[in-house]
Amino acid sequence: MPADVTTALKEKFPQVTERASADHPAVDVPLVDLIAVLSYLRDGQGFDLLMDLTAIDWAEGAAPRFSVVYHLYSTAKPGTYVRVVAPCAGTEAEPTAPSAVEIWPAANWHERECFDMFGIKFQGHPDLRRILMWDGYPYHPLRKEFPLAGIETDLPVADIAEETGTKVIAAPMAGGPFVASPGEINLTEAEPRAKDESWSDRVARPDQTALRQMKE
Amino acid sequence: MATELSFPDSAAKAAAGAQAAPAEFQTEKMSLSMGPSHPSTHGVLRLQMELDGEILTKADPVVGYLHRGDEKIAENMTYNQFVPYTDRLDYLAPLANNMAYAIAVERLAGLKVPPRCEAIRVITAEMARISAHMMGLGAFGLDVGAWSVLLYSLEEREKLYKLFEELTGARFTTSYTRIGGVTRDIPDGWLGRVNAFCDQFLPILEETLKLLTRNKIFMDRTVGVGVIPKDVALAYGLTGPNLRGSGVGLDLRKDKPYSGYENYEFDVPVGTTGDCYDRYLVRGEEMRQSVCIIKQVIAKMPDGSWYAPEAKRIFAPPKEKVLSSMEELIQNFMIVTEGPQIPAGEVYFEAENPKGILGFFIVSKGGGVPYRLKIRSPSFCNLSILQKMCVGCLISDVVSILGSLDFVMGECDR
Repeated sequence: MPADVTTALKEKFPQVTERASADHPAVDVPLVDLIAVLSYLRDGQGFDLLMDLTAIDWAEGAAPRFSVVYHLYSTAKPGTYVRVVAPCAGTEAEPTAPSAVEIWPAANWHERECFDMFGIKFQGHPDLRRILMWDGYPYHPLRKEFPLAGIETDLPVADIAEETGTKVIAAPMAGGPFVASPGEINLTEAEPRAKDESWSDRVARPDQTALRQMKE
Repeated sequence: MATELSFPDSAAKAAAGAQAAPAEFQTEKMSLSMGPSHPSTHGVLRLQMELDGEILTKADPVVGYLHRGDEKIAENMTYNQFVPYTDRLDYLAPLANNMAYAIAVERLAGLKVPPRCEAIRVITAEMARISAHMMGLGAFGLDVGAWSVLLYSLEEREKLYKLFEELTGARFTTSYTRIGGVTRDIPDGWLGRVNAFCDQFLPILEETLKLLTRNKIFMDRTVGVGVIPKDVALAYGLTGPNLRGSGVGLDLRKDKPYSGYENYEFDVPVGTTGDCYDRYLVRGEEMRQSVCIIKQVIAKMPDGSWYAPEAKRIFAPPKEKVLSSMEELIQNFMIVTEGPQIPAGEVYFEAENPKGILGFFIVSKGGGVPYRLKIRSPSFCNLSILQKMCVGCLISDVVSILGSLDFVMGECDR
């Protein structure tokens, strides 16, 4: 019964509020109660499978800037899901959330991915390293301020970088995703080839001349 | 005089010996990197191993070599534009990925597709399952030294690809579904050819499985190897054949039916011990069940439209209408430039894909572009267990385990 999970949660944790959702029952949980709520859902409500753990960036300056989202599934009651959302604490540069690895080992890689993509520090995580990007990569790519084309950075391997003199460069955006913003009168601004134009047919590839001079 | 001790196998004996040995006989631990270009890592997985002799004392999977930033890309394009990117997740079953993504967006938009469209999607998804499992089986056989299985499986996959090509125009990256429907109706006589494929496929499947099921070498390398107990499989979020091999009968086609799966009868095979052999048996049986589903769909293929008529603001209008009618022309222009207008909300949809459960979590603030799109990829979750289960194994067991987990790095790294 979908309504029962939220009712039971609200009875046990009065701080929990219902969250608007198009499909599964969903709740908003304050960050301090997150681990208690997740443990209760696993042990008291039979949500034994952590399906997904991710984060949402609510844009620069928003409060909260980041939320963590958990999707739990119950094998005891087949076909029932619950979505748990909690706002992150900490600063915009270094948001924090408690780690759920103790409850589900499955959270380990998911939390590493969230740290990699958003920079969320999961407190209590046994091994919080980057997972998809390489160690030492300086940015968190899924943050809203990170451009689609990428930002020029050093190659992960220092000796190759030194020998070749190359860097990880921003991707060309020519022919990239075509997105229009409604309500713009100036058509070239309303319909750019891509929102991000750090390298396109109209904007030169960054640092081309510097690179060429170095080779010569 | 040496004490006689009994050990279950040579690996346990060696491990016990290494611990009992005095300091001067302790072997030096060796670190070995397997992959990212290694035939048994099925793409670009890298296993950073620490070895004591031939026994792993530590395994750290390094993923991300195929990371393309699909989630970032999704935030920068319209819902329809993202369909081809879903092909490149699990590139061995693009039709199933297309379907999962389309249903997720349809749930968000509150769309219901007609029965014919659902039936077409079920046929294609099950064909994709057969093709993916055939490939997985062939690669698994190859990993443990059974060459001939791959030859059989590639031939069957080729026949399926011919059918895919006829239906979608592409063999590999199909991009067949659209939000609210599919790209085109099934061609004349295609269902008959799928039926004929099923008829000839069943005996070949039995023949192929016979090459492995009672094969002494294959059994020696898989029975009792890489055992994942039920509770561990659940704790690590395993899904698909890997979870069912451990004895958990979770199959979303049965437990939370989508796209009309509740209309078809099929069984969900589960394993008992959760070793590599069980996972192989589960995949073999799933292919038989897929054939059974396809035959049922063909028998009761409904007539009618193959796209939702109320999908007007999502589905591009028919080309001849765009060229002849003003309203459709404007609508086509709006859909192409601004994208289909999807209401604000959050939706999480999961589909039972060949590799496991593929989920899409979409956050929309309204408009034509998703605000956040998260892909829950089964291979990523299935691989996270390697860190735990490889410790204490022999290197040759790692090869069996990787083969039996049947992962795709395109999906893992996204």
